[in-house]
Amino acid sequence: MAVPKKLTQTLETLEMVPDRNERIQLLIDIAGRFEEVPPRIARRPFPPDHLVPACESQAYVFGEERPDGTLDFHFAVENPQGISAKAMAVILDETLSGAPPQQVAEVPQDIVYRVFGRELSMGKSMGLMSMVGTVANMAKKYTEGPHSPG
Amino acid sequence: MIPSEPEVTKLYTSWLMLREDGLVGRSLNDDRISHKCRLPQRQGSERRTTVSEIESRGYVHPDVLVSTEWVAGHIEDPGVRIIESNEDPLLYSTGHIPGAVEVDWTRDLNDPVRRDYLGRDGFEALMRRIGVGRDTTVVFYGDRNNWWATYAYWVFQLFGHDKAKVMDGGRIKWVNEGRPLTKDVPSYPASDYQARERDDKRIRAFRDQVLRHVEGKRPLIDVRSPQEYSGERLHMPEYPNEGALRGGHIPGAANVPWAKAVNPEDGTFKSAAELRALYENEAKIKPDDDVVVYCRIGERSSHTWFVLTNLLGFKQVRNYDGSWTEWGNLVGVPIERTV
Repeated sequence: MAVPKKLTQTLETLEMVPDRNERIQLLIDIAGRFEEVPPRIARRPFPPDHLVPACESQAYVFGEERPDGTLDFHFAVENPQGISAKAMAVILDETLSGAPPQQVAEVPQDIVYRVFGRELSMGKSMGLMSMVGTVANMAKKYTEGPHSPG
Repeated sequence: MIPSEPEVTKLYTSWLMLREDGLVGRSLNDDRISHKCRLPQRQGSERRTTVSEIESRGYVHPDVLVSTEWVAGHIEDPGVRIIESNEDPLLYSTGHIPGAVEVDWTRDLNDPVRRDYLGRDGFEALMRRIGVGRDTTVVFYGDRNNWWATYAYWVFQLFGHDKAKVMDGGRIKWVNEGRPLTKDVPSYPASDYQARERDDKRIRAFRDQVLRHVEGKRPLIDVRSPQEYSGERLHMPEYPNEGALRGGHIPGAANVPWAKAVNPEDGTFKSAAELRALYENEAKIKPDDDVVVYCRIGERSSHTWFVLTNLLGFKQVRNYDGSWTEWGNLVGVPIERTV
């Protein structure tokens, strides 16, 4: 199964920035584009079944069905210092929202290392990979129907 | 309405403690939480902590903690090097205490190949690079209630750099007090630091030592969450692999989640009386005990090691950094599970 095109492009763009400090600045800029899940989708207190397992920054993921049968992904990140989680949320939203759900369901969790590099603590990589896994699981369940992205 | 940063801190830290207490399902019931990434707002309303206030908490070694106020007064002190160590690798670059250098746990403190900490040469190179001499006082601070700051502190102690302190409340307390941050990365003249050989005997425990510790029925503290301690989490659906084939805890270990040592309001350490109630009354360990602490890879347990050793004056506490990622994969070692 092919990886969604926008995600491939983003990963390739990030890999063109091998310098750690430049990569960090780029990811901070990306995190600055973070927008929380709109109230029409979810309000606090966010339902626990949307909480990303193992994410130390208390990230939540929500799916919204589009008329064309694809999904928009929305996020909340409660940790005010969770910059990496916000950057990951922006990348997942911008590259996977609107992509074929079958492709989203197959996105591998180790894209986290292509985004952030290998210098991640175990807990941090687990949390970020879990964000990817939660989005992929949501798409997988959607493709299996009935259509209720949650 | 955008909340004040202290409100954000309190709510988030409360959540962290609930999480460590195994109460994840209790979501925050407040719709005022800030969710935008931003540089700090100059609130100035945070409870200010002074060195004398720290001394009043009854710690055995209060001098290992300094207040944000103390740090603010030593930013330009050439005898002091402020060091930020975070769990989030992006955080330092969003802004840090003026003059603070970054020590990254994965990049700076670990051997790049073996699962081990850096050796004498590596530590010496690090200290020279950040301009630290043997007489320089290093002051650690970081995110997540100083979790990673205390980890870096612990690694520094393996090399005997005892001129070391931790800023009480960590990064978020500094931010909430409206103190200055900068994106300027400082550069210091290289020092001629002469490092000692790493001494693993005093404060670090290895697998076989822990096995003998268990056989001797000596005390252990497991600082992970109750779900990790019980073994439940390894079997939770959709929960990522935690790097261990078996769930549970080392036999005889008491479970005291690390974040219980911290005040949820502002991230400062609890008073000595509160800490004694937690560790001595509840977990039944005493200052003269030979204690081993552990978590998943030894990072959270370094926080508890710091509390027991420095704040409560326990004389023999060792951090088992192999922790559950080692023990839970070992063939034939005893495991207790409560699920």
